[in-house]
Order: sequence, then C-alpha cells, then structure tokens
Amino acid sequence: MSDATYNPVAQNPSKWRQALRKPGFVAGLMIIGFSILLAVFPGAFAPYDPNAIDYLAVRQPPSWAHPFGTDLLGRDSLSRVIWAYQVNMQMAVFATVFALLIGVVIGALVGYYRGIADLIFGRVVDAVITFPFLVLVIAVVAVLGPGLINMYIAITVVGWVYYARLMRAEVIAQMGNDYAAAGIVMGYSDRRIIFRHLLPNAITPVIVYWMTDMALAILLGSSLGYLGLGAQPPQAEWGVLIAEGRNFISTAWWLSLMPGIAIVLTGLGFSLLGDGLADLLRPRG
Amino acid sequence: MGMNNKTPILEIEALNTTFYRNGQALPAVREVSFSVARGEVLGLVGESGSGKSVTLRSIMGLARRYGDVSGQVRWQGRDLVPMPDRELRLIQGREIAMIFQEPMTSLNPLLTIGLQIEENLLAHTNLSRAARRDRAIEMLDLVGIPSAAQRLKDYPHQFSGGMRQRVMIAIALAANPKLLLADEPTTALDVTIQAQILDLILRLAEEMEMGVVLVTHDLGVVAQTCDNVSVMYAGRIVEQGPVRNVLREPRHPYTVGLMRSVPENLPPRTPLYSIQGVPPSLDTLPSGCAFAPRCSACVEACVQGRPDLSRVTDTRHVACFNPVIDAKGNAA
Repeated sequence: MSDATYNPVAQNPSKWRQALRKPGFVAGLMIIGFSILLAVFPGAFAPYDPNAIDYLAVRQPPSWAHPFGTDLLGRDSLSRVIWAYQVNMQMAVFATVFALLIGVVIGALVGYYRGIADLIFGRVVDAVITFPFLVLVIAVVAVLGPGLINMYIAITVVGWVYYARLMRAEVIAQMGNDYAAAGIVMGYSDRRIIFRHLLPNAITPVIVYWMTDMALAILLGSSLGYLGLGAQPPQAEWGVLIAEGRNFISTAWWLSLMPGIAIVLTGLGFSLLGDGLADLLRPRG
Repeated sequence: MGMNNKTPILEIEALNTTFYRNGQALPAVREVSFSVARGEVLGLVGESGSGKSVTLRSIMGLARRYGDVSGQVRWQGRDLVPMPDRELRLIQGREIAMIFQEPMTSLNPLLTIGLQIEENLLAHTNLSRAARRDRAIEMLDLVGIPSAAQRLKDYPHQFSGGMRQRVMIAIALAANPKLLLADEPTTALDVTIQAQILDLILRLAEEMEMGVVLVTHDLGVVAQTCDNVSVMYAGRIVEQGPVRNVLREPRHPYTVGLMRSVPENLPPRTPLYSIQGVPPSLDTLPSGCAFAPRCSACVEACVQGRPDLSRVTDTRHVACFNPVIDAKGNAA
C-alpha cells in the first residue's frame, strides 16, 4: 500500500484473533473438532469392537477396563458411545444440510421476487410452524417407515421452512441497501443479483441458525432413535443406547447417562460455535 | 446550451408513477416531461419527497417493481416504460448508468471493488479477463483513486465515503454509458468532498460526452453544474429552463422560495428564510395547485384548478397562474 499506516491485510485476521480470544467460541471449536475426529475415526479411539458381545461381563459398572461400563450384552459402552458419533454427527449434517440448501434458495427467491409466490410461501410457513416440529416429523416417518434415510427426508420436508423464512426476511432487509438496486440498474441478471450479491450478504443468520439446528437435529435424531423410528438397533446411536438402558436406569445408570452426556456436550459445542460465528461472519459496513 | 440546441437522447413525456399503500393510490410522480441531450447536465431539484428520486427510478425500471409507471421514457427512439426486463437489462448499465446517494450501502460489502467493476464489464462487454482487469484499473485511475492496481483487491469497508462514491462512479461508467442518472450523489458527503465528486462527474461527462441527470436539493450545486434545471414540487415539475435564466429570474413562487432559503452573504445571526408550512403528503394533495397553501402569491384560481406547465419563453416553462414578474416588468 502507498499508505504506511494502512494495512488492509491485517483486517480479517484480526477478526479471527478477536473471535479466538472468546473462551466460548474456542470451547465450541474444540468440542466440535474432537466430535468430528471421533465420527471420522471411531476405530482409532474406541478401545473395543462396539458389537463384540461378552456374556461374562454383562452390565458391569464403570471400571478401568470399561470406563463407561458394559451393557446388557456385555458390549463396551464407551466404544458404543464413540461409534455412535459416526451416526449422530452424520445426523447433524444430513438432517440439516438439505433443508438448508432448499430453504436458502427458496427463501432468497421468495424474498427477491415477493408477489404471489411470497403469499403462498407465507401460508406454507403458517401451516408448518403451527404444528409442533416433532409431531410433523413423526407423521412423515410414520408414512415412510422408520430408518435413518426416511428420518432425513422427514426432517428436510419440514425443516426447510425455517431456513427459508430466515433467508426471506434477511434478503428483504438486504434489498433495502442500494447495492441491490445498483445491481438492478446495472443491468445484472436476477440470478446474479440473488446468488452473487444478496445471498452471501444475507446468509449469516442462516449459518448461525444452522449450528443450533445441528444440535437440535442430533436431539431429534436421538429422540426418534429412542422411539424406534430412527436408527435401528444394534446400530450404536445415542438415542438407541439411551433406550436400551431405559429399563435398567436404577441398576445400570451408566447405560443411559453416558450417551446422554454425549448429546449434551455435542449440542453445547454447536451452540457455542454458532454464537462465535455470528460475530465472525457479520459483514462489515 | 439550451435544451433545444441538441437532439435529445432521452425524452420523457407525461411520466406518471403511482405507489399503493393500504389500497390507497399515492401519486409520486405526475406528468413529468423533460429531455436530455448528449453532454447536457440537467438538474432535478426539489424538497425531500418531491418525486425527484422516484423519477430517476422510474426511468431505470426500478419503480415499476413497486408501483405503476405510465407515460413515455424514450431512449434513442425506444420506449423504456413497457420494455420487458430482459431487453431493459441491455440498456441498464450499458447505455444508462445510475449512482446513488448512499455510498456506504451502494457497494456490495463482500466483494472486492475490482470484482465489482469487472462485473459490469462482464455483463455488458466481451472483454477478456485480462482486458477487464486493465479497464478496471483504468477506471479507478480515471476517478482519481491512487495506486489503482493495488486497490482492486480491497473491500468497500477499506474506503472512505468519498472514495466509495468514486468507486461507485467507476463501476457505473465502466461500460461507457451515454447517460448518467445521479441520485443525490454528494448529499452523504462532506462539503469539500462534495465539490470534488461534482467536479469529477462533470469532467467525466464532458470527456465521455455523456448526458447527466443530477438529482439534488442543493441549488448551489445546480448553479455550479447544470445546463438546465427542472424544479419539482409534490411530484410535478413547476418550473423548467436554462439554469442561468431560472436562477436569475425565477418565475414560480416555489423556485423563489427555494432560492431565498439558500443562506448567502448574510450578517451573523440573521434568521434564515424558510418557506412557510410543509409539503403536502401524497395522499392528501389539494385539488388545485399543490403549492397554493404555502404560496404568498396564491390567488383564487390556484385553489380552484391546477396550472399546467406552459411555455413562457422559447426555453422556459412554468406551472403557475400568478407567476413572478421578471425584472423588465413582464408578467410571465
């Protein structure tokens, strides 16, 4: 730069540095980073085969050999919780990412064009948000049948509405800025204005919501697993694990408690991450 | 310099723009007609809400997204009002460009300014990537941004307000338009920067033989920069003509009031003049002349009916039943 006091390169890294000074964001980053590691390489962390049955060590309380104890078939609980990361983290992504993509595109289009499409969209939103989310998802799963794929479809069918609503509102707000009008009078195509100008400026709240939604997706996925509508045993999944321990809650508390802690921890991680990203991604004026 | 000396490139005739709020029609622009020739600078002045910005937005096809636009906007023989978006896009940015009041929000904060200049070229020219970059540097040079090549990769937040307006001008003019619509381009800037930006617009208009429609509420700006001026009030043009004549001998009482409101050579602590009352709101326009309730020269006819914009000399038009008499004692 010609100007010695002016260093634009320092601008963005300083924002990262600021974010990394916040303990919440750092904790979130570490929790989710480690969760991803466990999800991708469960075999490297789990001390036992999660499905290895040992009838000589049934419902053992936590010990050095089995830190989280063993279940009613003598399987190592720690290994099962770790292997469940694979399923549950996958849930966090697959149960949200399609809803995100569909919702962002529909929300951006509706927010840009308004008119009749917006009116119809408004009614769809009203219809969907009047129902409790879980009830709608269970209804869709009931039609499609239980299982992970059907669960993803069910959550996507309902969940895109929340993303679209957020996106629509933010696009409308962004339309108030002159750069949107400038794009129009510059003769740019609608597609270019929507996807290159409005969408990147409007997406921050959606990304932040996405983080929270991934936590909710894990919770929802485990709820469905618990109810027998999501992952099916013997697959190690936190909801399934909690359900398996349900009957022994007074005698073998660790069976349900440990996967429960995993759910809480991961959810917390996503929430903290979302909080930090909200600051980090806010566009500069 | 009069508007009849050159063939106009833009001719607006009986432009009407109406917005709707709660089912009620708001006549934002009524019967607006003017023309602009190549190299001509036309000023559009008036108070806030007089319809000057809406007029520009109606020309550019922005207003029709939110309301009804009728009348004719003839651009080199073609009417832009009924033109489909697809065809209009070939004119927007390429032949007619527009810049906005608020340089802080008129650039996309997430794209480098280099990309934003090149984007216009991508949409309107067949230049190669390298040629687009060269042109972007050339444009930044042209609008007076130092070390242009290095600044291509900077983001809008790294520029001051005045610099952003320069960047905005560089983007708008990249494809060599024949007409620039400038919507209060200096209102958000401080006074010294204002003068620089106006000079820049004028210099480029001359170099590129470009017509300019300059919307402003600042008569000083009009006096310095424009060839012709149209004074707007409550959505209508009330006085029109060559700047020198209009400012020297205003005929419409509103123009007189506007000129008296400019603080000039007054001793300290002299109360400033202001026109009594406030502009009418668009949903309660009087049936007669919209300015009548605030007008000191108001006569019976002004309340009864609305004066049309009519020719008073070869180049001048006034919409008034009781116009101000000029220095030679001639009633308009």
